[in-house]
Amino acid sequence: MDFVNMTVERSKVQLTKTDFESDQMVKWCPGCGAHAILAAVERVFPKIGYRKENFCIVSGIGCSSRFPYYVNTYGIHGIHGRAAAISTGVKIANPRLSVWMATGDGDSLAIGGNHFIHIIRRNVDINILLFNNQIYGLTKGQYSPTTPMGKVTKTSPQGTIEHPFTVGELVMGAQGTFFARVPDNNINMMTEAMFEAAKHDGTSIVEIMQNCIIFADKAHNEVTGKEVKDETMLVVKNGEPMVFGKNHEKGLVLRDTRLEVVEIGQNGITIDDILVHDQYSQDPGIHLMLAKIAPPNYPMVFGVIRSAMFPTYDDMVEEQIKYAKETSKIRNVDDLLNSGDTWEI
Amino acid sequence: MTKKKRPVIEREEVVVKFVGDSGDGMQLSGTMFSDVAALVGNDLATFPDFPAEIRAPQNTIAGVSGFQVHMGSSKIFTTGDMVDVLVAMNPASLRANLKWAKKGATILTDTDAFEEKAIEKAGYKKDPLKDGSLESYNVIKAPITTLTKESLKDLNIDNKTAERSKNMFALGILYYIFNRDLKPSFHYFEQKFKKKPELIQINKVVLQSGYNYAETIEALESVIQVGPAKMEKGRYRNITGNTGTAWGLLAASEKSGRPLFLGSYPITPATEILMELAKHKSLGAKVFQAEDEIAGICSAIGASYAGSLACTTTSGPGLSLKSEAIGLAVMTELPLVIVDVQRGGPSTGLPTKSEQSDLYQALFGRNGECPVIVVAASTSENCFYYAYMAAKLAMEHMTPCILLTDGYLGFGSTLFRIPKMADMPPINPPMAQANDPEYKPYKRNPENLARQWAIPGTEGLRHRIGGLEKENIMGTVSTDPMNHQIMTDLRAGKVEKVAEYIPEQEIDGDPTGDLLVVSWGGTYGAVHSAVEQMHKEGKRVSHAHFHYIMPLPKNTGDILKGFKKIVVCELNSGQFVNYLRMKFPMPNITQFNKVQGLPFMINELTNKFNQLLEEK
Repeated sequence: MDFVNMTVERSKVQLTKTDFESDQMVKWCPGCGAHAILAAVERVFPKIGYRKENFCIVSGIGCSSRFPYYVNTYGIHGIHGRAAAISTGVKIANPRLSVWMATGDGDSLAIGGNHFIHIIRRNVDINILLFNNQIYGLTKGQYSPTTPMGKVTKTSPQGTIEHPFTVGELVMGAQGTFFARVPDNNINMMTEAMFEAAKHDGTSIVEIMQNCIIFADKAHNEVTGKEVKDETMLVVKNGEPMVFGKNHEKGLVLRDTRLEVVEIGQNGITIDDILVHDQYSQDPGIHLMLAKIAPPNYPMVFGVIRSAMFPTYDDMVEEQIKYAKETSKIRNVDDLLNSGDTWEI
Repeated sequence: MTKKKRPVIEREEVVVKFVGDSGDGMQLSGTMFSDVAALVGNDLATFPDFPAEIRAPQNTIAGVSGFQVHMGSSKIFTTGDMVDVLVAMNPASLRANLKWAKKGATILTDTDAFEEKAIEKAGYKKDPLKDGSLESYNVIKAPITTLTKESLKDLNIDNKTAERSKNMFALGILYYIFNRDLKPSFHYFEQKFKKKPELIQINKVVLQSGYNYAETIEALESVIQVGPAKMEKGRYRNITGNTGTAWGLLAASEKSGRPLFLGSYPITPATEILMELAKHKSLGAKVFQAEDEIAGICSAIGASYAGSLACTTTSGPGLSLKSEAIGLAVMTELPLVIVDVQRGGPSTGLPTKSEQSDLYQALFGRNGECPVIVVAASTSENCFYYAYMAAKLAMEHMTPCILLTDGYLGFGSTLFRIPKMADMPPINPPMAQANDPEYKPYKRNPENLARQWAIPGTEGLRHRIGGLEKENIMGTVSTDPMNHQIMTDLRAGKVEKVAEYIPEQEIDGDPTGDLLVVSWGGTYGAVHSAVEQMHKEGKRVSHAHFHYIMPLPKNTGDILKGFKKIVVCELNSGQFVNYLRMKFPMPNITQFNKVQGLPFMINELTNKFNQLLEEK
């Protein structure tokens, strides 16, 4: 088993999916992509190997945010947009918990945008599952910050006139240390990305291209659909060349300052010319480009795009407290009350 | 130098105010002056009065910064209404503060600062030191800047540094007037400027020169003497309300064994609590400066779920932003301390001035039926105690508690008799035990209706909570109508039950009579002093000052019934009075209000009380 964070206590027994199944009825619409995400989480938690009591799931508001009720761990269902702030408090208060956050494109990128960029900037060790369905589902079909421009929704009858966010670009802009993108129709890829997120010390964003079957059905099909995905999805693996296409005949190269799609075997291009993925690179330059590119001119990149090591906020809090405890003369509140200028009457 | 024996004027209490440009060092002079007063055993209260701007234009009224010291040989309850000695370092500060000087007050001025441009900038047509407008005061006109530079000429100091120490010259003059010992201040310089020894020398020389100068010119014919106050035996220190609040939270954390977490966003006048707690990591305090007010409280809710004594500190505008999250803490029934250091509102209002106008917001400012405990501190010193009690009640009753203080309490300082932690009341949060087979998220203690606190990581207690209504006892999501009624009633009942755990309301004066004066929070000093003055005049007035607002002490109704007239005094348009009327609909409850960003003056209160006593 790969190395995962050792500050969280490990389970003495091998846990299984059933250890995390909740007795609550799952109330997402039949066919919703969230069901697959739940299955992936129930599969990955036992694999991660922590004590089941050390998982804590925090959420905001929206379809995604019902998540804590459906997993048998500790959990808080918060208020709209604030899951990142609540998670931050949980993790700082108890760094020995493995904190997971379930959120959506509305919850984290609209009402919670501020908290989202700041948790990333601080690099608090939280794993964020961002269900990106490009729509507000729970309020029944209004456009979100990731809805493609021009899309007709209940609040944009003539098409939206807003430029959507690209989640990965926002994450890199906020100095993100971990970013993965996965489709909801590939449980293995989801599970792997979640496991990598758990391994990563710092804020991990796993963007899940999730399908809302009711209000934005097939929104991701142009990229993740069975018929097109060979040509539109590039799944990166660390240390391997970034190739795609039915026969892995296409790849990415860096030309000047831009990525370019090339065909192997044409114009003298060989597999050795193709960019090799380095998810651990501290410099986010290539990661940002990978997060941004999309059809029609490029494939969309999936898998763990970035996983760079930087100190975490919660570790530094502990270090400062440890240092203060070792060096301060004030060891208890009586010391504090009697510190500085005092006199007897 | 031979010392002439000066006649002594004994004063029970004196108010001294240092005013000048915001860069003139008035805060430091005032602090040093009050420290020396404390050392000779005076009781005292201080208040810094500074502009909202960090450095407003020089010599303007907007840039005036002040520090007021009220010291006495008897118990001091306020920072003082009218000033006995005013130190005014420039024309603008004189103009802005003359209205607070008593007739016959001593006014010390730096004549060097009264040059044409500065006089004009202050809005004077003529030089007030020369036009006779100050005839009814005892004005000491000293060329302080010149003399300061003169005193330092042997030390080869640049002009700017020399000028900057003129506040110490003025302080030296005051030390002469009050016959204070210079040694403690010398000692203070030695500590403060350890790393800049040249400043030790400069400040000592200038302070001594000011003292000598005053002696030479016989600045005041007599010594003003304020003797030591009779105070309860013990160890004392000076404390501001904001420091007291911070320390009270630390004390509650230590006593309860629950680590302290503060999630806050800087806001005047509450920021000092955040800064103070950030210093105390050695006590395990985890202080998180959030990206906004909402993240401040939400991080605290997360920390509370994870088992910390979680707090957030703010002022009115921030409390508005936190409303939705307070609702989440009410619904999840997690302990949380929300400190609101009130300022003038609405909106940005008067950030550096004080008001009591957030009471409605604290009591009612949330969606849904959303009761919380509301407690108010009444002195800078008891901010410590009420912060401690707010934390105790929040944890023991598993509910948010709002602590109301205000800018005057927060910035002001009083003497603080240092308690021993062993004497502080116990705090016993209802922690759920690992693998308790009986544990249910919303099962309650039938005595106080508090649910148990089950901390993530504990074996056998996994559960989910959240903002959706929960089924009683089981804690699963429920939209059942009757369950919502039950849970609504339980949340309200839990807060009402707190009345069983707080002290009964005390009354100062007779338990029945013609007039009951009611006040709450930061107005205690002024209202108490006014009532005391009425008592001295032989008038029958009683006073009830409230610290516990929601719930009210059990005997509140009984107290109110004992009086023909009741007057509720508060620094808002009548929020507590209407709350009382709502709880106790009685026709004889009247009100006295002021919304000027200023505290009550004692005489405006006594005038009102006398008027009420005379009216039949």
